Amino acid sequence: MAAKNLPPVWNKMAKHAMLPETTHDERARYNFLASLNKHLAHVSQGNQMAFDKRVEPDFKKDHGRGFTTREEVKEAMKKDPHYQAWSALRRCTMEMRQQAGRSLVLRQAEDLKEKAESLNKGKKTLILDKECQPPPYLLAVDNHLMPGSYHTEVIEGDVSAAANYDSGVFVTTAGLLGKFNDGGGKAISHWMKTTHSEFKPKRILDIGCGMGHNVLPIAMAYPEAEIIAIDTGAPMLRYGHARAMDLGIKNVTFMQVEASQTPFEDESFDWIQTTMFLHETGGKSIYKIMEEIYRMLKPGGITLHIEQPQYTDEMSLFEQFIRDWDAYYNSEPFWSKMHDIMPDELMTKSGFNKEDFMQIGVKAINDLDDGKTKADEPEDHGRSPVWNVFGAWKH
Amino acid sequence: MQNSSVDYIKLASNKAKGKRPYFFEDPAVERVLNITMAIAGELAVARERIDTLERLLEKKGIVSREEIEHYVPDSAIIEEERQLWHSEYISRVLRIIQQEMEELQNPDKTVEEIAEDINKM
Ligand SMILES: C[S@@+](CC[C@H](N)C(=O)[O-])C[C@H]1O[C@@H](n2cnc3c(N)ncnc32)[C@H](O)[C@@H]1O
Repeated sequence: MAAKNLPPVWNKMAKHAMLPETTHDERARYNFLASLNKHLAHVSQGNQMAFDKRVEPDFKKDHGRGFTTREEVKEAMKKDPHYQAWSALRRCTMEMRQQAGRSLVLRQAEDLKEKAESLNKGKKTLILDKECQPPPYLLAVDNHLMPGSYHTEVIEGDVSAAANYDSGVFVTTAGLLGKFNDGGGKAISHWMKTTHSEFKPKRILDIGCGMGHNVLPIAMAYPEAEIIAIDTGAPMLRYGHARAMDLGIKNVTFMQVEASQTPFEDESFDWIQTTMFLHETGGKSIYKIMEEIYRMLKPGGITLHIEQPQYTDEMSLFEQFIRDWDAYYNSEPFWSKMHDIMPDELMTKSGFNKEDFMQIGVKAINDLDDGKTKADEPEDHGRSPVWNVFGAWKH
Repeated sequence: MQNSSVDYIKLASNKAKGKRPYFFEDPAVERVLNITMAIAGELAVARERIDTLERLLEKKGIVSREEIEHYVPDSAIIEEERQLWHSEYISRVLRIIQQEMEELQNPDKTVEEIAEDINKM
């Protein structure tokens, strides 16, 4: 365990007016949790060892055959003591991260609300709608164990859900998304600028923008474009808009709109983006949303979706099983189910042509990376900033 | 900075929706692990604060970290104060073991039984 890559300290996060204030202990708590996350990625290697050395051989002995599904692997691994210990620790770490974030954010909920109000006051680029309801799948579970999900308001005008999310992503991802947590948005706008320099989108829609981490790099890359960022969570939008104002990014309108039924006209966007969004939807909604995207997209326009790597036949059952961990135990239930949907089928069912479907891999652009050669790290499945992007041009 | 309208201490530890999974056969083990990890975290937090203090003291030329590293108690009183602290600390952490021994020595009725008794008193 000598040359471990240490996670950056929390105070490396870029400061902006909405970032909650932190005490020494609160920062230290985040530093501890980021290190614990990194450490558990090493502990996770024991899962593969346990699988190879005892779980799979025992299964073969008992059944006279190997595993055939990731569910079978899950049932067998559940009984393994190493897997139990790792799982219990990982679950515990995720709960501790939420506790740490909420305790620091909720104590200053009123102050944060006031900060957001003063940055948002009189601005036409924040449009909230009291009638807008979160979709049923968001009410069924608190994704990634975030109590109250994205929409719950502890006080009127609350922004605490977003402040918790913003201050803590850095911890779960051990800083690999950069100091603004925007490595995904940076990567996709960089890809677009370099591979399609001729593409000049005038109107861009970001669906499930959350607090806007990943839409701001797109807005900065296309300063002439009008960007609309939608979400059902009012706390996310208030915080996201205030944060954008403070960072001086003015071409994004944050709107409280549900994605499967939007007020936007047919063929009114050049680019429709989602980032880490589709795996937090539902089995029917994902199709409705994709149909809505097709409807709103201009001919010649593009839609792109940044997601976790797809499970393929080449991916071992063990890897599929370990990637599924977050689905069940970090409460991302659709994450696993979504893997049974083929992205190209999802797109063609919604109206796109099969030959216009595309798939690329992107890696987060991390401005915290100092460029020094690092020791090899085991992959922290489901947490690494390496994504699958799929999408299509509309013709 | 503290907002009285929000019960942040309680809310901070809220549970997320969805039945909590337990990975060990005995959920009690999981419970103990979670509490232990929370304490481990707080120890790390305290350790980071001490590190800050030591660095600030050194920067301001008050004491060097070298001095701290080589410090040993230089009077019987200090020796005793420090050992007393350890003793109290350990007793606090291992409370449940002590209580189990007390119970062993002095078997108790359950409070349900006591309630029945009291009802007749
Ligand atoms: C994991 S967050 C992604 C945040 C953001 N795209 C990013 O990259 O940081 C998913 C967001 O999608 C929103 N969301 C989920 N379903 C939605 C729907 N049907 N309509 C609008 N927003 C939705 C949630 O409220 C949440 O803020």
